[in-house]
Amino acid sequence: MDQQTLSLLVVGATFALYIGIAIWARAGSTSEFYVAGRGVNPIANGMATAADWMSAASFISMAGLIAFLGFTGGAYLMGWTGGYVLMALLLAPYLRKFGKFTVPEFIGDRYYSKAARIIAVISLIVMSVTYVIGQMRGVGIAFSNILEVPLATGLFAGMAVVFIYAVLGGMKGITYTQIAQYVIMIFAYTVPAVFIAITLTGNPIPQLGLGSTLEGSDTFLLDALDQTMVDLGFHAYTEVGGMSLMNMFLLTLALMIGTAGLPHVIIRFFTVPRVRDARKSAGWALVFIGILYTTAPAVGAMAIWNLVNTVHPGEIGTEEGHLAYEDKPAWMERWEQTGLLAFEDKNEDGVIQYYNDGNEEFAAMAEEEYGWEGSEIVTLDRDIMVLANPEIAGLPGWVIALVAAGGIAAALSTAAGLLLAISSAISHDLLKGVFMPRISEKRELLAGRIAMAVAILFAGYLGLNPPGFAAEVVALAFGLAAASLFPTLMMGIFMKKMNKEGAIAGMLVGLGTTLLYIFTYKGWFFFSGTAMLPDTPEGWLLGVNPTGFGAIGAVFNFVTAYIVMKLTREPPKEIQDLVESVRVPRTEG
Amino acid sequence: MSQEDLSRQAYWRAHLRLLGICLAIWFLVSFVLGILVAQPLNAFQLGGYPLGFWFAQQGSIYTFIILIFVYAWRMNVLDRKFNVHEE
Repeated sequence: MDQQTLSLLVVGATFALYIGIAIWARAGSTSEFYVAGRGVNPIANGMATAADWMSAASFISMAGLIAFLGFTGGAYLMGWTGGYVLMALLLAPYLRKFGKFTVPEFIGDRYYSKAARIIAVISLIVMSVTYVIGQMRGVGIAFSNILEVPLATGLFAGMAVVFIYAVLGGMKGITYTQIAQYVIMIFAYTVPAVFIAITLTGNPIPQLGLGSTLEGSDTFLLDALDQTMVDLGFHAYTEVGGMSLMNMFLLTLALMIGTAGLPHVIIRFFTVPRVRDARKSAGWALVFIGILYTTAPAVGAMAIWNLVNTVHPGEIGTEEGHLAYEDKPAWMERWEQTGLLAFEDKNEDGVIQYYNDGNEEFAAMAEEEYGWEGSEIVTLDRDIMVLANPEIAGLPGWVIALVAAGGIAAALSTAAGLLLAISSAISHDLLKGVFMPRISEKRELLAGRIAMAVAILFAGYLGLNPPGFAAEVVALAFGLAAASLFPTLMMGIFMKKMNKEGAIAGMLVGLGTTLLYIFTYKGWFFFSGTAMLPDTPEGWLLGVNPTGFGAIGAVFNFVTAYIVMKLTREPPKEIQDLVESVRVPRTEG
Repeated sequence: MSQEDLSRQAYWRAHLRLLGICLAIWFLVSFVLGILVAQPLNAFQLGGYPLGFWFAQQGSIYTFIILIFVYAWRMNVLDRKFNVHEE
């Protein structure tokens, strides 16, 4: 059987499994559709949350991101896990106690204001839609690059499967498919990592392998990697580089509070039976996320080590120190066809040089000493670090098939969670909450299903015709969550006197400043050419990277809300009683 | 103020104290050890890991996991002590 048939069979089998779960877990009521009837076991919910959270970007792109950043890549690792500490300690248990269906619903009730609820809905929809584009692209990348199936065919197949289990099963169907998707995803991620760790270090556990000596030598892998990177003009792998310490700090903080404020993750904690289950479930979620997030730095470092040593098998600058173009391994040839990898023999010496030609001093030295005229790997997409891993390590065909199925599982599980957040905001917050308060439960359920179907079609359309700004959306989604929802939710629980005026002003100022800052550097609504200042460390206000601005937007939100609260009336007595009641687990009779 | 209100206030204060301790540890392992003083910490080794690098890419995540479970456990104890636990 050839590789493509095998891969398609494995992916097809996972799709059949998801559809089977959909038929078994249909939703019969709005409570089942929105919150899986609040009957999900906390460990199972932890696993579903992990799949919900870990997106195509976590699975496909993160290890490569870390590989090129080195130490400062830790911002993504700490940011995307530390947010769970905030969520578990500051939001999830109280919102579970509140006991309703959506995040905007809490904001509307707590701040006794339909306007506040609508602002929350808009902010939720903008961040979830931008995020879902990335997932649809992830499905397309997995299909077109690994399975060699046209992008559109792959996207339609993925949409059809999500359609079946999300529209039929709502949160209930999504929860149980996410559990299956987690298992597939984590298996697909760790199997190649274990093989590579054994090959390089002899230690089967990637987390320990990264701290071990290289096989057959007594040099530590990280020390050797530091030396190699410096020899090629890059910064040492374990030292600061790629971004300043201040931006690493701000980015970590923005990702943490953004993570804690993402509605599609928060609503997962509405599905467990009790408040104490919500606390415990957040811990389990982080265990399951941590398995991938502590493996990723090993995958990243080992992948870049493998790549550099394939291109430079001997001492730099000597004849045997470079790979000849005609000796390129088969995986390089194959990935060149996808456009994710490209070479150019700039000095026409028939061998490859890969080095940091952005480092002027080093580039000048290399030209003088070795006759190099620029780095000859001209395109090196970071996604290759995960996608090509099994081939680089020479692993069997079923592992390649597994990576394809894992990437698709990661993208579909996150897409389904986002689509549920979008459809419940439309059917429950806008339709029932604002426009048609008297709608029957049966019709609300139908509306939820229609909203879900429309959202899937819309997301699919955007996946096929990705707007040019797809790469920038991470900054936007996390910036908005950090600057609008997180502070408002947190003040709603921890500041009894926070009132409607303060919350609305805070959300608007947080949203406004964050959008303004991102648009100033990335272009208005991301249209190229409309950026008002250069998106470089010199152009940034006080050197602050727009990606990390959400942390500052959140501070603006807090400060504005506090000042406005002091100048306006206290919230009514029944609202203060509501705050008291979400602070204790037991429901009074 | 009734007896129950006083007990609620004491419960909330005890809770905030626990939160403060947990968030201090959260900040210490990530922002302090993993970022601000990571460079000097790299002079120390944990196996083959420079220590600051280890906190940024491994240690902070392990600490976060333990922190959430310890918080959940201490909160269950507090809930029972102040008699606000669920059935």
